[in-house]
Amino acid sequence: MSDRWRSLLEKICIPVGALVAALVIFGLFCALAGANPFGVYYSIYRAAFGSWSSFQNTLIQASPLMLSALCTALPARLGLVIIGNEGALVLGGLAAVAGGLTLGGWGLPTPGVQLGMALAGMLVGGIWIAIVGALRHYRAVNETISSLLMNYIAIALLNHMVNGPMKDPSSLNKPSTFPIPEMHMLGNLPGSRVHYGLVLGLVACGLAYFLIQRTTFGFAARTAGGNVRAARVAGLPVGKLTLAICFLGGACAGLAGMVEVAAVHGRANESLNANYGYGGVLVAFIARHNPLAASLVALLLGGILASGGILQRSHGLPDATVMVFQGIVFLSVLYSDSLYGKLPIFKARPPKVRPAPPMATATPV
Amino acid sequence: MASEALGWWGIPLAILAGTLRGSAPFLFVSLGECLTEKSGKINLGLEGTLLMGAMSAYAVSYLTGSPWLGVIVAGIAGMFLGVIHGWLSQQPRVNDVAVGIAMIIFGSGLAFFLGKPFIQPSAPQLPVISLGAWSQMPQVQSALQISPLFLAGVAIAPLMQWFFRSSRWGLLVRAVGDSPDAARAMGISIFKVRMASIVAGSFLAGIGGASLSLFYPGSWSERISSGQGLMAVALVIFARWSPVQCLYASLLFGGAQAIGPALQSVGIDAYYYLFNASPYILTLIIMIVTCSPKRTLTGAPGALGQAQE
Repeated sequence: MSDRWRSLLEKICIPVGALVAALVIFGLFCALAGANPFGVYYSIYRAAFGSWSSFQNTLIQASPLMLSALCTALPARLGLVIIGNEGALVLGGLAAVAGGLTLGGWGLPTPGVQLGMALAGMLVGGIWIAIVGALRHYRAVNETISSLLMNYIAIALLNHMVNGPMKDPSSLNKPSTFPIPEMHMLGNLPGSRVHYGLVLGLVACGLAYFLIQRTTFGFAARTAGGNVRAARVAGLPVGKLTLAICFLGGACAGLAGMVEVAAVHGRANESLNANYGYGGVLVAFIARHNPLAASLVALLLGGILASGGILQRSHGLPDATVMVFQGIVFLSVLYSDSLYGKLPIFKARPPKVRPAPPMATATPV
Repeated sequence: MASEALGWWGIPLAILAGTLRGSAPFLFVSLGECLTEKSGKINLGLEGTLLMGAMSAYAVSYLTGSPWLGVIVAGIAGMFLGVIHGWLSQQPRVNDVAVGIAMIIFGSGLAFFLGKPFIQPSAPQLPVISLGAWSQMPQVQSALQISPLFLAGVAIAPLMQWFFRSSRWGLLVRAVGDSPDAARAMGISIFKVRMASIVAGSFLAGIGGASLSLFYPGSWSERISSGQGLMAVALVIFARWSPVQCLYASLLFGGAQAIGPALQSVGIDAYYYLFNASPYILTLIIMIVTCSPKRTLTGAPGALGQAQE
């Protein structure tokens, strides 16, 4: 029992320690750049969580991150490193606009149009990443490189569509598709500026957790991720699992694109390509590919992203500061992976604090 | 446009010119990646290294007025990122692909952060070597203007081939990449050899960045690299880890990159964005054709990308 607690404590302390270390390194970096690190920390905190109004910005940023993180986190359970989130998100958004305009044109009621947009985004995003999985399984093409290349191809497709076949002639400065009618847009949660994408993100993270941890499908995927050869011997359909889990991951990223289009931009243009894809990769890695943890990490990263503007205005730091911070966090979290089982505090030995945690659980039971 | 006088001949000429201008970054990054992978590690972060090199070369050239100093600093900036990658990716249970993704974010973030003040001003460019003086046509003359860095890269490729095949140090790198256990038995420090290979490879990638900002397109902006650093990883697989074949592959990729602008220059711009994606599509097709689930690729280092104990 106490071993379980110690391992849980290790699982919490190491990532938190990595975040703190990243904050310290980032502070040093800011100091070198001539800004007061404590002022910067305070600004980030205030812009991310300081007031209800700023926390709403954080929530708005967090919802596409949650969805896009699943595009990396789900295939990771199968041992695949997929970073095609950006591409699936962009194409999902494009498909959602196409679906929304078509269904809206047929005069469908708003729920039907919204459902159609979501399904179109998920289908296209899912197929996009399923292609990556198929290439991996049937042709042994490295999934990291192919998914990255497909990001560039997807962005080229987006540019082609919004500058050509799907262009709204009235969008001169920033070529865009025709807008989705206002009445078909995703609404906001009651009493806030936060759109329903947040609910979609939370539900998707919860479902993904259930799927991976509590179903036979998830068990099969985790087995195959642990040892492909053993999974084949056990008769698991590795190819089908790969395709299915890649499709689900891509569908989540596609849904993120739909949310961005249907709740924020109202049309597809190059603003869709706003680095939520790479942010999602970061979220998935920090959360160690656990969907529930991903929803929390997405909140944290959403807050950091929401603070980009204020760093520019009050500290004179360029907007890329947020990107440097993300990079430092990512590197620090990766380093912390090598610390599991190495720190003497978490090693199995009878410490004096041991009796306390089990008693705390014993009372409610 | 100048190509109009040549009619349809303008297209192959523009592609040739684009190949000569645009393949140097591919060449340097792929040679750097080739060296890194020969030692058994993958460095996906060379995209960030390329951007960092481009930024520092441009900044130093602007501040000191000497583009060559910029090239050297670009290499050193690349080495700085290489040390981080080399150290972090060799920690136990740390995945080198994940470190590469993190280094892309960190390297490009750092480049954009430090490079912000240098987007507007124009920095002195590298000198140009003109090989087209024999022709009367100005289009041919301008097509045959070659970067000295490109020539340097063309020279480095066979040198590196010789290094791997015939030199003692090259043997060390190959031994560590093919069979780390045997290398350890010989008393070689795997950590040091891999670190040296990654740092040297990052130096080359940094110089590739200098070729972007100091020759073609010859400016610094956040969109200066469009994935060349990542394509180089695929390019090394295509070149079967052979430096001389990296040279041919870089020319092919440089040519693919020039198709979109070449067609646009003769007025075909309906599929401009899709033609611009041709290097990525080409890379993907090449990987689909050359990879196979049934065998490992010939020429692949034996321990490439394997986890360290």
